Amino acid sequence: MKRSIRVGAGAGFQGDRLDPALVLAERGKLDVLALECLGERTVALAQLRRREDPSQGYDPLLERRMRRLVPLAKRYGFRIVTNMGAANPVAAADVVIALAREQGLRVKVAAVTGDDVLAQIRSDAPIMEGRGAIGDYGEPVSANAYLGVEALLPALQTGADVVITGRVADPSLFLAPIADWHDWSLDDFDRIARGTCVGHLLECAGQLTGGYFADPGRKDVPDLAWLGFPFADVDADGNATLGKVEGTGGRISVANAKEQLLYEVTEPYGYRTPDVIVDFSGVTLREAGPERVTVAGATGKGRPAQLKVSVGYLAGFVGEGEIGYAGPNALNRARLAGEIVRERLEGQFGEMRIDLIGSTSLNGRSFDANENPYEVRVRVAARASTSELAMLVGEEVEALYTNGPAGGGGARKYVTEQIGIVSTLIDRERVESRVSVREWNPHAETV
Amino acid sequence: MPKLYDLAHCRAGDKGDTSILSVIAYREEDYPLLVERLTREAVAKHLRGIVQGEIERYELPGLHALQFVCSHALGGGVTTSLALDSHGKSLSYALLALEL
Repeated sequence: MKRSIRVGAGAGFQGDRLDPALVLAERGKLDVLALECLGERTVALAQLRRREDPSQGYDPLLERRMRRLVPLAKRYGFRIVTNMGAANPVAAADVVIALAREQGLRVKVAAVTGDDVLAQIRSDAPIMEGRGAIGDYGEPVSANAYLGVEALLPALQTGADVVITGRVADPSLFLAPIADWHDWSLDDFDRIARGTCVGHLLECAGQLTGGYFADPGRKDVPDLAWLGFPFADVDADGNATLGKVEGTGGRISVANAKEQLLYEVTEPYGYRTPDVIVDFSGVTLREAGPERVTVAGATGKGRPAQLKVSVGYLAGFVGEGEIGYAGPNALNRARLAGEIVRERLEGQFGEMRIDLIGSTSLNGRSFDANENPYEVRVRVAARASTSELAMLVGEEVEALYTNGPAGGGGARKYVTEQIGIVSTLIDRERVESRVSVREWNPHAETV
Repeated sequence: MPKLYDLAHCRAGDKGDTSILSVIAYREEDYPLLVERLTREAVAKHLRGIVQGEIERYELPGLHALQFVCSHALGGGVTTSLALDSHGKSLSYALLALEL
């Protein structure tokens, strides 16, 4: 039986820290480093950049991350798998090759494409979020199917040092190198489910080692400023041990692993990825020494016949304005400020929202009946079809300086363009993935 | 009356306009009390005005956890919500304020 494979998580979202990935790369004794960097909206924004310039559309941090990580991958002998290709994995592969040329490294890169299904999505396709069809949201700017391990395996089998994808289900980024290493059949649903469970635990990186977990005095986590990212050692049956590099911040614990196991799972008895439908109800998590937790017991129930597709559309502009009040009666002066803006803007915007930061802004209402905050900020937000109209929101809030309640300070105004996302399904047979290979060898006479 | 905060921890996740709240007992022996008291109805009442749709509850006895899947809870969904906390990340602690 082949030894366990060690897979590390090098990023949990597009803008994640780079230094914990470098620590893992240098001291983690990794076989694979996987970086999950592609949010739902990120791919739509990338598609817009590609439309402007066909050589763009990959992750803006690709070069910064790969410049540091690829030389470490070559030195320590691990492979990199990432969805940083975003809307243009082939161009991303070219960037990695250009870096290899500059750094004098021999590097092979495989780009996985085929997730872009914009041409195949009909406007009458029903959306998954409720009633209605894709066409109700205007002209889509992007439509990307969530690819699974089937698309990634041929790329890994080229022997590439770096595999770059666009839209892939997050756990599949981790499952693919595990399934490849142990030579699992994709129809071995229990093993595929256990590998998916490991991928799901790792995909948010620091959220497994104490990020998004700490609560001082209740759930303390040491040294969060230098949070270590996690890895998993996965054996041939898919049983795994979670860990992190000694001396890094954070903590691997059963309580944290439970939170992450259930994170964003809408169906714990039937979690769907392109590869498998997983039942998490039999999962066991146990402490296994310092900074080690074992995970076992996920089971699989077949694979979905359809793939999920994220469709991006232009959703207009949002205008925002904020101003703050402090001291006696701050809450009532803030309320008055909000009422003034509402009266002046009412009827000009389809949707408007007034928040009292310090009281109601996060949950829509306060759960504290006797609240008396020392300071409160009013925030007004409204949706508009043009940026000019959206600007009016911040202008009205700013005008409260001289026309509103006493003591208003620190006004700010913002306008942002919105990309909306709706989802639909596509038959998996209609999605065809491809692999393109790029190679650079400084010692070869020709490439 | 114990606060949920004293017995359990919670993490919030999101999918579109759905908020997913994972409630996990610190101690195994408190899990039956959560199953009994932390009903769909109790959560709906506590989060009234926030969760506009149905709430589904899944029991995970092996993890001493309850999973609440709350539809129409994020102002139309992360990508187009006007809310500051468009992901509803802070709803975990709104739920933990519940008195059992």
